[in-house]
Amino acid sequence: MAATSILLAGFGGQGVLFAGKFLAYKGLSQGKQLSWLPSYGPEMRGGTANCSVILSDTPVGSPIITEPDVLVAMNLPSLQKFVNSVVPGGKIILDSTLIDAKVERDDIEVFYVPATQLAKDAGFATLSNMILTGKVLKEIDIVSYEGNKETLESFIPAKKAGLIDMNLKALQIGYEL
Amino acid sequence: MAELVLMKGNEAIAEAAIRAGCRHYFGYPITPQTEIAAYMAKKMPKIGGVFLQAESEVASINMVYGAAATGCRVMTSSSSPGISLKAEGLSYIAGSDVPALVVNVQRGGPGLGGIQPSQSDYFQATKGGGHGDYRMIVLAPASVQEMASLTIKGFNLADKYRMTSMILADGTIGQMMEPISFEDAEIEKYEKPWALTGHENKRKHNIVNSLYLQPDALEKTNFERYERYKVVEENEPMWEEYMMEDAEICVVAFGIASRVAKNAVVAARAEGIKVGLIRPITLWPFPTKALRAAAVKCKAFVSVELNMGQMIEDVRLATECKRPVTLCNRAGGMIPSPDQVLESIRAAQKGE
Repeated sequence: MAATSILLAGFGGQGVLFAGKFLAYKGLSQGKQLSWLPSYGPEMRGGTANCSVILSDTPVGSPIITEPDVLVAMNLPSLQKFVNSVVPGGKIILDSTLIDAKVERDDIEVFYVPATQLAKDAGFATLSNMILTGKVLKEIDIVSYEGNKETLESFIPAKKAGLIDMNLKALQIGYEL
Repeated sequence: MAELVLMKGNEAIAEAAIRAGCRHYFGYPITPQTEIAAYMAKKMPKIGGVFLQAESEVASINMVYGAAATGCRVMTSSSSPGISLKAEGLSYIAGSDVPALVVNVQRGGPGLGGIQPSQSDYFQATKGGGHGDYRMIVLAPASVQEMASLTIKGFNLADKYRMTSMILADGTIGQMMEPISFEDAEIEKYEKPWALTGHENKRKHNIVNSLYLQPDALEKTNFERYERYKVVEENEPMWEEYMMEDAEICVVAFGIASRVAKNAVVAARAEGIKVGLIRPITLWPFPTKALRAAAVKCKAFVSVELNMGQMIEDVRLATECKRPVTLCNRAGGMIPSPDQVLESIRAAQKGE
C-alpha cells in the first residue's frame, strides 16, 4: 500500500508539466492510481511553474502535495520555495547546472544532477527535464523503468513522434547516473 | 472494464457533454475553465455540432436560452465573474422552464478576484444568483471521473425536470488529470412536447416565455414550478458517506475540500478519533436527510470550505442546530491543508 508524491518545479518553459505528465502516464500504464495537478495562471508565462504528481496503490485523496516525497527542482527559486516542505527521509533531485547552492538539510537525500549540461552535451539542450525524470525513476519504487517508449507513444501526438527517441535517451542518461 | 484515459477535469466535462448528446456550446473564455471551450472548439465542428464563442457572457447564456427552447441539449461554461454576468439569463431560463447545463469552474472572489480555486459561489449557485424564485440542480464533482459522470447526470436531470443543472467545480478539479472511463455513461431521453420545433400546422404553437403581466398567472407558474422542485428535493439528493458507521464527529465537505478532508479523516482515525465524512454531491437539493440522521449519533460537525462559510448555513439548517457546527476554511484561492482540517477535528472532539 504505497504512495509516492512528486513535486516538480522550475521556470515556465523548462518542461515541468511535460515531465509530470510523463510520470502520470507511466503510472497509468502500470495500473496505478494517480493524480496530476499543474500550477496554472500567470506563472505559466515565464515565471515559476510547478506540477504535483501522486502515484499510489490506493485511491488518491487530496491531489495537493504539501509534503513531497520527491522534489525535482529546476531552478533556485523553486528549490528555496520547497526545500523545507520535503518530508524527512525524502529526496531532492536538482539541476546543479542552474542551481549553484547546496541543500543544508541532513534528514533528506539530495542528488545534484548537472542536467542542463548533460542535455547540451548529448545534443538536446531542451531535455534536461527528462534527464531529471530518468533520475526520478531510478529513485522511486512505485513504478518500474520498463515501458518508457510505450508510455511516451501513448500521449505524444503522432506528428511529434520524432521526438520520442530523444526523450528516451534523456531518460536513460538520468537513470544511469 | 472500459479503457482508462488520463484527462483534465475540464476536458472530461466537455467529452462527457458530447457523449450526452450536447451539440451546442456557447461560451466566452475565462480562466480556469478555458479547456472546456478549447475542447469544444476542436471537437464540435467534426461531429456536426456548434461551437460558438459569443461576444460576451450575456450573449452566450441567451444563446443557451434560445437553443434550449428548441429542446436540444445545450451548455455553457464559465468561471465565477462570468457566471455573475450570466445570472440574468439563468433566471430567464428558469422562468421559461427549459433545460440547460451550466458549468462554473470557480475562482476566488468577490469582484475579479483571482484565478486560483475557490468554492465561494456556493450561495450564488444554491440560493439563486439571478432574480426571482427559482432553483438550479447543483452538482459538485470531487474527481475527474465525477466531472464526466455528473455532466451526463446533469443533462439527464435538466431534461427530466425542465430546469438548469449547474456543475459547481473549482479550479483544482478543472485543471487536474486523473484516470477516467466513460463506461457507465447512461444517457436518458425525455419527450419534449413543449419544445419550439415548428408546429407544421399539426398542433397548436408552443410558447417559451418568462413574461407574465397578470400576477395571478405568474403566481400560478411559481407554485407549479415549486411542486416540481419538491419532487427534485425528494428524489434527487446525492451524497457519499465515508467512515460514518461509528463516527462521533462528522466532517462535511464537497468538491476539492472533501479530498483534503478525507486525508484528515484518515489521519484522525489513526489517532483514535471516531470521525467520518459526509460529502454532498448535490448541493441543491442538499442531502438534508443524511445530515439529520448524522445529527442523531454525532456530537459535532465540521464544515470544510474554500470560502468564508457558506455551506455551513445549510449544515446548521439540516441538523436543526442540534449539534455544534464549526468552520474550517481558507478563502481567496487558498486551500486548507489536511493538518488544518485535522486540527479542527481534534478541536471538535474536545468540544471546542
